[in-house]
Amino acid sequence: MMSGKILYSYTGIFDTPDQIMHAAEKAVETGYTKYDVNTPYPLHGMDKAMKLKPSKLGYVALVFGLSGTLATLLTIWWMSAIDYPIVIGGKPLFSFPAYVPIIFEVTVLSAAIMTVVSMLFFFFKLPNNSHPLHGTEYMKKVSADKYGISIQADDPKFNEAAVKKFLESVHASEIIPIYWDEEEISHKNKILEPKFIMFLIVVAVITSGVTYFSFNKLMYMVPFDWMMNQPKLSAQQQSPIFADGFGMRQPVAGTIARGSMVYQFKGQPDLAGVKLVNPIPISKESLALGQVKFDIYCSPCHGYNADGVSRLRGQFPNPPSLHSDKVRNWSDGRIFAVVTEGQNTMPSYASQLSFDERWAVINYLRALQRALNAKESDVQ
Amino acid sequence: MSNSSIEYIKKELSPKVRTVGSALFVAGLIVVVLGYVTDPVRSAYNNIVGLTFLISVGVGSLFLFALEYVAGAVWSTPFRRVTEFLAANIYLIPLLAIPLLLNVNSIFHWTHPEPADKTMLNKAPYLNVTFFVIRVVLFWLIWLCFYFFISRNSVKQDTSHDQSLTKLNIKLSTIFVPLFAITISFAAIDWLMSLSPKWFSTIFGVYYFSGTVLAALAAGTIFIVLLNEKGYFVKGLSGDHYYSLGALLFAFTNFWAYIAFSQYLLIWYANLPEETTWFIVRWQGSWKIISIGLVFVHFLIPYFGLLSQPSKMNPKRLLWMSGWILFAHYYDLYWMTMPNFGKDGIVLGWIELGFPLLIAGLIMLVFDFKAKSQNLVPIGDPKLKRGIDFRL
Repeated sequence: MMSGKILYSYTGIFDTPDQIMHAAEKAVETGYTKYDVNTPYPLHGMDKAMKLKPSKLGYVALVFGLSGTLATLLTIWWMSAIDYPIVIGGKPLFSFPAYVPIIFEVTVLSAAIMTVVSMLFFFFKLPNNSHPLHGTEYMKKVSADKYGISIQADDPKFNEAAVKKFLESVHASEIIPIYWDEEEISHKNKILEPKFIMFLIVVAVITSGVTYFSFNKLMYMVPFDWMMNQPKLSAQQQSPIFADGFGMRQPVAGTIARGSMVYQFKGQPDLAGVKLVNPIPISKESLALGQVKFDIYCSPCHGYNADGVSRLRGQFPNPPSLHSDKVRNWSDGRIFAVVTEGQNTMPSYASQLSFDERWAVINYLRALQRALNAKESDVQ
Repeated sequence: MSNSSIEYIKKELSPKVRTVGSALFVAGLIVVVLGYVTDPVRSAYNNIVGLTFLISVGVGSLFLFALEYVAGAVWSTPFRRVTEFLAANIYLIPLLAIPLLLNVNSIFHWTHPEPADKTMLNKAPYLNVTFFVIRVVLFWLIWLCFYFFISRNSVKQDTSHDQSLTKLNIKLSTIFVPLFAITISFAAIDWLMSLSPKWFSTIFGVYYFSGTVLAALAAGTIFIVLLNEKGYFVKGLSGDHYYSLGALLFAFTNFWAYIAFSQYLLIWYANLPEETTWFIVRWQGSWKIISIGLVFVHFLIPYFGLLSQPSKMNPKRLLWMSGWILFAHYYDLYWMTMPNFGKDGIVLGWIELGFPLLIAGLIMLVFDFKAKSQNLVPIGDPKLKRGIDFRL
């Protein structure tokens, strides 16, 4: 035995599969744990003879598959229900059935990729690409027509003489010691060499620099956002031009906008009833306009016939009929005050109806009232 | 290949099979008759569940039986007789179909369409009582015919050891498999889908097919594992054979889920009223519990129960999961049928117990009857030796 050589393992070579099966069973009996069997083809029943536990690779697939499921579910949920909620096809924002195909795909993908990756890097110890058994006479034989067992020197029960004796006792035809390769012992991982790391850094810097330069400088185009970013003020925006900072302005003091009027009887409906006179004469046009506006704004509560029968009946304090004596005896101005300022639950309709439209609605209401309480002279 | 090295001594089945089978059969029969007396319509709906379950086990087993010949499989040859015996249940289909044919007017709405109903009138050339009865009889004859000839050849081989019989069976099976695809699809449409005759689903035949194969596999696995653990077959059948059975069960569980979800997803997405009605009925009242339960009963529990490699090889686990899958198939058929009867909520009482008991008894009795006259192992089959030596 040459000095300086470090023993890796003792190997025994066998001629038949029955012998190697027997040897493996005996190795388990003797208590060896760090040993391996090499055969030219898979031998049925060998994992049982070696008492190997089932591979842990299945658990990797399970864990990463389920992580893929969960990650995808959370991602889609966050994207389509929280961050950017858009109704698609009238479905709920979080519509699980539509996600199932994607979740399934990602589950399979992440399980498959991570199984292969962990197999290579964790179970096969990939950066380590050499093995003491490589290129030996032993390996040549067991990959052709022989069967071999290799009992490693770092086994706690390892003892040169005893292992030799063991291999003889199971009738090995040849017993070969295997030594670590000189190079392999003194071998340093090239990945950790400073030169290599520098090379990686330089490549990374150049790649990202070139990418940044070409995409952000050479190929840069101004985004087409001209329509979105116009030099005008939108509602509610601030503006530095005005001293108060408001973008929206009040009318100039003492002026009235075209088509509008000042209502002088705020909080004095009775006074309005006395002083306001309907300036719009009853005409076909006025009644038609009044009908349109009444049907839009008044009918939801008071009903199309102003009798208080409407969709809202029963869901709300019941809106009153407008055919009561009280309303019929009110002057046009008094009704105008109610439309303008609101009353009880009824809100103000000043912003929806212009002055002329309010008077037209009152004209139409008078027509409705007359229709229900017609005078005898109307029939003639 | 010679089978002379195989030792097979026929063992008689324990008399318990017949006792338990008869007890179940009699109990089931009493409940079914009482059910038909008290509530004929409800019993008829249960009868459909029972009949389709029997078709699943019987015709599905015949399909597996034929598939072995078509695919040239060897691993299943040592216990092929179990699927043959289960396929003999095809003989019993009329027993459950005749009460339904007598009650056809009370369960199928298409038998009396309203004169103004254009959709139903357009479907009338297919959905009418005469053609329905013709189809039922025709499909039964096709199944029976192929069962009779394939099984007869297989039994003949036990004594003659004639290899040309295997070749003949391969030919017969090759004709049967496409016929099976057509007949099982139309049987599903006739018995199950036509309960809601205005509903559309283009995948329904495949959906029932997936359940059929699953039920046949599960029923076969129960008998195979029970008999093999007690040494009724030849020696040497174990882990790898069990693993193949478990893997098929697992694969068809996934296939069922895939088809079931495909049907649901398309209908849910398109949201067309003539398609969604079927699911809306099954989403109302307490049916919702059954519908959600289906995902767990028919997919998630068998899926995780059979996921790992050891669970497919462990006979006890395999037995439990097969029993569960049989239950799941019955549950699935119940879910397809019964909401047509009770639209407001789950219909479950003593009447629903009758048919499961009756069918369990029938299957056991048929198995016992067949096992008495035939070998449990096809000792003349040229593939037997390779089947026993099968390793993954």
